[in-house]
Amino acid sequence: MTMLLEASGLYGGYGGVDILNGTNLTVGDDEIVVIVGPNGAGKSTAMKAVFGLLHVRQGHVRYRGDDITNARPEQMVRRGIAYVPQEHNVFPSMSVRENLEMGAYLMSGDISARMERVFGLFPKLRERRHQQAGLMSGGERQMVAMGRALMIEPSLLMLDEPTAGLSPLLIDETFERIREIRDLGIGVLMVEQNAKQALAIADRGYVLATGRNRYEDTGPNLLANQEVAEMFLGG
Amino acid sequence: MNEIVQLLIYGVVLGSILTMGAIGVSMIFGILRFAHFAHGDFMTLGAYIGLAFISAFGLSPWWALPSGMIGMAAVAVLIDKVLYQRIRRTQPVILLISSFGMALVIRAAVQLIWGSDNQSYAKGIQFPWRLDILGGLRIKPDHVWIVLIAFALVVAVHLFLTRTKMGKAMRAMSDNMDLALITGIPAERVITWTWVIGGGLAAAAGVFLGIDTRLYPVMGWTALLPVFAAAILGGIGRPYGAIAGGMVIGIAMEMSTLVIPAAYKPAVAFAIMVVMLVVRPQGLFKGTL
Amino acid sequence: MELSGFSAYLVSFLTFAGIYAVLALGLNMQWGFTGQFNIGVAGFFAVGAYTTAILTTPGSPAYLGGFGMPFLVGLGGAVITSSIIGVIIGLITARLRTDYLAIATIGIAEIIRLFLKNEDWLTNGVRGIPAVQRPFADTALDSPLTYLLVVALFVVGVYFLVERAYVSPWGRVLRAIRENEPASAAAGKDIARFRLQAFVVGSAIMGLGGGLYAHFFGFVSPEAFRPLYGTFLIWVMLIAGGSGNNRGAILGAVIVWGLWSGTEMLTGMLPSEYSTQAAALRVLLIGALLQVILVTRPEGILPEKAPRLIARRRDKQ
Repeated sequence: MTMLLEASGLYGGYGGVDILNGTNLTVGDDEIVVIVGPNGAGKSTAMKAVFGLLHVRQGHVRYRGDDITNARPEQMVRRGIAYVPQEHNVFPSMSVRENLEMGAYLMSGDISARMERVFGLFPKLRERRHQQAGLMSGGERQMVAMGRALMIEPSLLMLDEPTAGLSPLLIDETFERIREIRDLGIGVLMVEQNAKQALAIADRGYVLATGRNRYEDTGPNLLANQEVAEMFLGG
Repeated sequence: MNEIVQLLIYGVVLGSILTMGAIGVSMIFGILRFAHFAHGDFMTLGAYIGLAFISAFGLSPWWALPSGMIGMAAVAVLIDKVLYQRIRRTQPVILLISSFGMALVIRAAVQLIWGSDNQSYAKGIQFPWRLDILGGLRIKPDHVWIVLIAFALVVAVHLFLTRTKMGKAMRAMSDNMDLALITGIPAERVITWTWVIGGGLAAAAGVFLGIDTRLYPVMGWTALLPVFAAAILGGIGRPYGAIAGGMVIGIAMEMSTLVIPAAYKPAVAFAIMVVMLVVRPQGLFKGTL
Repeated sequence: MELSGFSAYLVSFLTFAGIYAVLALGLNMQWGFTGQFNIGVAGFFAVGAYTTAILTTPGSPAYLGGFGMPFLVGLGGAVITSSIIGVIIGLITARLRTDYLAIATIGIAEIIRLFLKNEDWLTNGVRGIPAVQRPFADTALDSPLTYLLVVALFVVGVYFLVERAYVSPWGRVLRAIRENEPASAAAGKDIARFRLQAFVVGSAIMGLGGGLYAHFFGFVSPEAFRPLYGTFLIWVMLIAGGSGNNRGAILGAVIVWGLWSGTEMLTGMLPSEYSTQAAALRVLLIGALLQVILVTRPEGILPEKAPRLIARRRDKQ
């Protein structure tokens, strides 16, 4: 069976210095996969490499069996991969509604059904649809960003630290939404600093260190792993 | 008092013209991240393209406006495809010097094709309307038309930016370039449209200048400084600010003739710009495209 | 000693090239070393030329002047006034991004030209200031060839000055700022201050170039400092020669001045009624040349040889 996403042996980095040293990742349909690891492990870099934002020097990224290594972001989006960066992930001067419209830029035809689906997941966005995104709180902006990404009705949603800077209450809510998104049949690949909580909802997890896979297992198994807990999850 | 109102009217006319240029400069800056130094000469070329069109077909002067705008939009896109696009990929900052070179190339081309002498769209002198109620104000019909058409064009740009998919994509690119790319917004197409609008509006400014006075090869270059001043005053990268910036600069330039020689009008625009750069470099208004 | 035909032309050509080399070295200090975008070279050029013209010419009731000062005093004045303008512009723009600097410098250049054109009491307006003398005027040494040697001396002097600056710790900081501003700021460097210093030194050198020009040409008028002659050619020279490389700046000045003069010969063959068109054609050609260089070889003939201080980050979209 071909996986939704299969990245194998990725090498790449900035200015000639590799940050990824043979990273492997797979994501199946409707599963949440979490990447955790210490700072500088290459977690976000791996996401960028998968999405074509960072040149992959060696290795392959396959999506439903097709080679998409170093494809342009536009092609990724057309294939159904959506990516939410950690910071600057909304169009600040545009309204919530316009942000969502931009998410569906490459989709032709009526987008109101898509928007309804996003509003169904994030009812608050419907209330705030005329508000300027740049003036919203961090949690609301994260919803706008995820909503924007969902507008293409992706098969794979990539989230770079979706809970960074959020209050504990909002973190719980965000993870809850991510589970709902998975239950819609969307594969989720995310990087998380709140590793314990993220692994708790994850189907599978990867522990990355210095750009290599250190551990990979189901979420609960990684949480139960004494070594992982001591080294990366703060005891 | 009368003199002041008269100058105010001239200021609004000049402000309308500058606004046409400043919106383009501001949009180009917002989306392509560089100050386009050939914009003044885009104005010149647009005006001359209009002139060529009306003299070729023997049409009335106002036809210079649509023909100049369409022609200049096409030339602007062509220049981008042939030149700016290549430089954009390698060294973005070099676009500044390339556009400065382009300014001289366009001016030379205008001289080569149309010569250096003054030209005008219409022969003869237009008689102004006299408004006796305000103590004999003189208003030229052309001035009224310039302001009205400029206003209509501003409304059109506004509708484009807020109601159309492409317009919104332009705002998105100006807001957050990286996110726009991640979202799948096709950057090159947005850039092409930026040149269509920037080039078209520059031509409108040039035709208005030509109608107001006359056409000559450095007409646009002379206007470049006030246009930049208007764009900076409005907050560069923000076309709505450019409207206010254009008006302030236009009125200030005309009003300044009460106290200093008219030759220093561009210096007034420059002085306002410098004060702005020192005091409030982000411009008068917040918000982007 | 009168030079004949070709050799007279050659001396004049080399003198001009030398003056432009000084200007290009000044621009290299600003753009090549520090990444500051001065598109108002003409302004500094003009201020230098007019300063020395006013200081050294015999008097005239029509405008300020008649100080009859010696050549070197005139040049010193040129350096001082252009430095002052440089300080003013630099203070305003040192903290701003490079586009604003470009706009501000083009503005100041235009305003200086307006000023020279309109303030007759100081500059004699559009009529300009005539009779600027060469050094050693009225002595046996006075000749175009002597002046070429004087200019050559200044080119060499300025070259050694900027070359020393380039390799000095000060020059290293400038390059570090150009390559990576945040890192330099993090290293505790007062970026605005270093920028301002480089900008003023560059302006002073341009003023010197202006002074040398005035004494060579013998006549200054606002028209000589239009953006084409005063700014554009110098940029083409620096970019063609190699931004950041002082030898490149000098080589670029000689080559581009050669091309520019060469096109004059070519268009000179056209009938005289086409003279306006001929001038436009030359600008068109040199403008096209610049674009070709920018697209095909933006590093110039002699690329900057110093090792990059910090690897350039090309990862960002």
